[in-house]
Amino acid sequence: MKIAVCVKQVPDTWAEKKLRSDDSTLDREAADGVMNELDEYAVEEALKLQEAHGGEITIITMGPERAGETVRKALSMGADAAVHLVDDSLHGSDALATSYALATILTGRDFDLVFFGSESTDARMSVVPAMVAERLGVAQLTFAQKVDVDGTSVTIQRVTDYGFETVVANMPAVVSVVEKINEPRYPSFKGIMAAKKKPVETLSTVDAGLEGSQLGLAAAWTVVEDFAARPPKAAGTIVTDEGDGGVKLAEFLATQKFI
Amino acid sequence: MTIAWQTSGVLRRLPTPEAASLLDLTHEVATKELRPRADEAEAAAYFPREIFTMLGELGLMSLPYAEQFGGGDQPYEVSLQVLEELSRAWMSVAVGVSVHNLACFPLANFGTDDQQRQWLPDLLGGGLLGAYCLSEPESGSDAAALSTRAVDAGDDYLVSGTKAWITHGGVADFYNLMVRTGDEGAKGISCLLVNADTSGLTAAAPEHKMGGNSSPTAQIHLVDARVSKSRRIAAEGAGFTVALAALDAGRLGIAACAVGLAQAALDAAVQYSGVRVQFGRPIRDLQGVSFMLADMATSIEAARALYLEAARRKDAGLNFTSIAAMAKLMATDSAMKVTTDAIQVFGGAGYTRDFPVERFFREAKVLQIVEGTNQVQRMVIGRSLGRG
Repeated sequence: MKIAVCVKQVPDTWAEKKLRSDDSTLDREAADGVMNELDEYAVEEALKLQEAHGGEITIITMGPERAGETVRKALSMGADAAVHLVDDSLHGSDALATSYALATILTGRDFDLVFFGSESTDARMSVVPAMVAERLGVAQLTFAQKVDVDGTSVTIQRVTDYGFETVVANMPAVVSVVEKINEPRYPSFKGIMAAKKKPVETLSTVDAGLEGSQLGLAAAWTVVEDFAARPPKAAGTIVTDEGDGGVKLAEFLATQKFI
Repeated sequence: MTIAWQTSGVLRRLPTPEAASLLDLTHEVATKELRPRADEAEAAAYFPREIFTMLGELGLMSLPYAEQFGGGDQPYEVSLQVLEELSRAWMSVAVGVSVHNLACFPLANFGTDDQQRQWLPDLLGGGLLGAYCLSEPESGSDAAALSTRAVDAGDDYLVSGTKAWITHGGVADFYNLMVRTGDEGAKGISCLLVNADTSGLTAAAPEHKMGGNSSPTAQIHLVDARVSKSRRIAAEGAGFTVALAALDAGRLGIAACAVGLAQAALDAAVQYSGVRVQFGRPIRDLQGVSFMLADMATSIEAARALYLEAARRKDAGLNFTSIAAMAKLMATDSAMKVTTDAIQVFGGAGYTRDFPVERFFREAKVLQIVEGTNQVQRMVIGRSLGRG
């Protein structure tokens, strides 16, 4: 089985994220870079399928040179090879441009499954997996908490607000995963040493056959006109118990749609 | 080649890309697995064996040793920085890794080919935990006066005596015993590598300590414990040389642990002083506090630079005995000072157990004592002066 896993380097989840004052894009220099946490689950799921069914795992990432750290981590966890799209002209690309770039890299590469984390901790849009599936013309199985492969089909449990749906599709297909799906492994030291010898194909946008007009900040469909720091936390609602505390709490929870 | 590695305010230069990946892994495991468990485990004096099992599986328990036997073939320059990052999250665990490496040292450096083939893969495999037994109740700094006796009984020795202050005493899988096979003095000592299940070997109850409570320390009692002569590392009478060589390397481990602990105290002090407001601004912006933090940071960088220079000399095959003693002396005295000052930055809050700095302070103290008190380090340094 051939599996591709798309991973993204993001600012450390716990670090304060900043936007750049010059072009309002994310300041990637301001924080340590780490692999997007949900992408670790995607890599882990691919590794588990490989352990059960054999095959090959290719990591695909788009990002600055520094994103090579994230590629190395995925290879250290056990993936076999990687493709790293790195080009200054990609800076500021939105979700549409990202899906265009990733789908172009995936086109012409033989794969049965393409895994994604269901969202990135920096942009948090959750749309790239669906967009890539659409561009590739294959099924999209998103928000998977369980994945099973049987012959030519893939079955997932798709998490919803109220439970899960069982969704089946023919392969090839795109699958995005949620954190319930597994517990990602740490790369071992042996894995780190083995990763040194694994092939990493570095592509520019020209190498990848991408059209510059569809990439970067200038091509983005959205524009950040202005931004401000997060306002300080407002005081919460205090429910005073005058014998009806329980009712008031329940009413509050109901207005927030918790119950 | 120099690779820059920077995380959470510490900048390192590393010799290889895989060393950077190794530090990434260490930092991640330390942050996600060690630090969240440390406070509670230390308060409960809980020994986290499962953490050592995990570190073993990841390959972090045997980094300085040969790859052919299951080690990581990493220079001390790298393996010590891994240790430092572990200690920054949980000193007791880092000291445990350091002691395990100390316990592997005699076999890895002085064992015969047969002995290494037979036992080293198990010692380095990550599943086993080691202990190193030199001190005795009546023989601490004067280690060559040890009195645990190994009596010749044909193919075996019968070992009797008491070993004291043994890290992992009672939880280790194997023990390096320094025993007397010959006359009084350093030349009558031999080194035995024994299994924990050896009949006649028992551990006393753990000591009640001031700190480092997740790392059990206990006496080891030996009563006619039968140990095959095939388990002796190096010649009869060469044991003290083995013991001292192991300690030279071990001292670098303690120095790295001390720097990691001091760094943790500085991290906490910097964080707290950034949010604690007095006189209308964070106390970090007050010169009195800022200068304290500056001194702490300077002392940490100096100690780090010294242990890394010692490590690089060792990696280059140069004599490093004296500079290793200097590194241990300076790093542990620095950790004591830095953790004391961290409490001062916190004020009254630092004196409570609601914050970890009082624990760091208690943990720092033991580092001035173990693997040669800092007075013994000065002895080692003093002796080396005026010779070549």
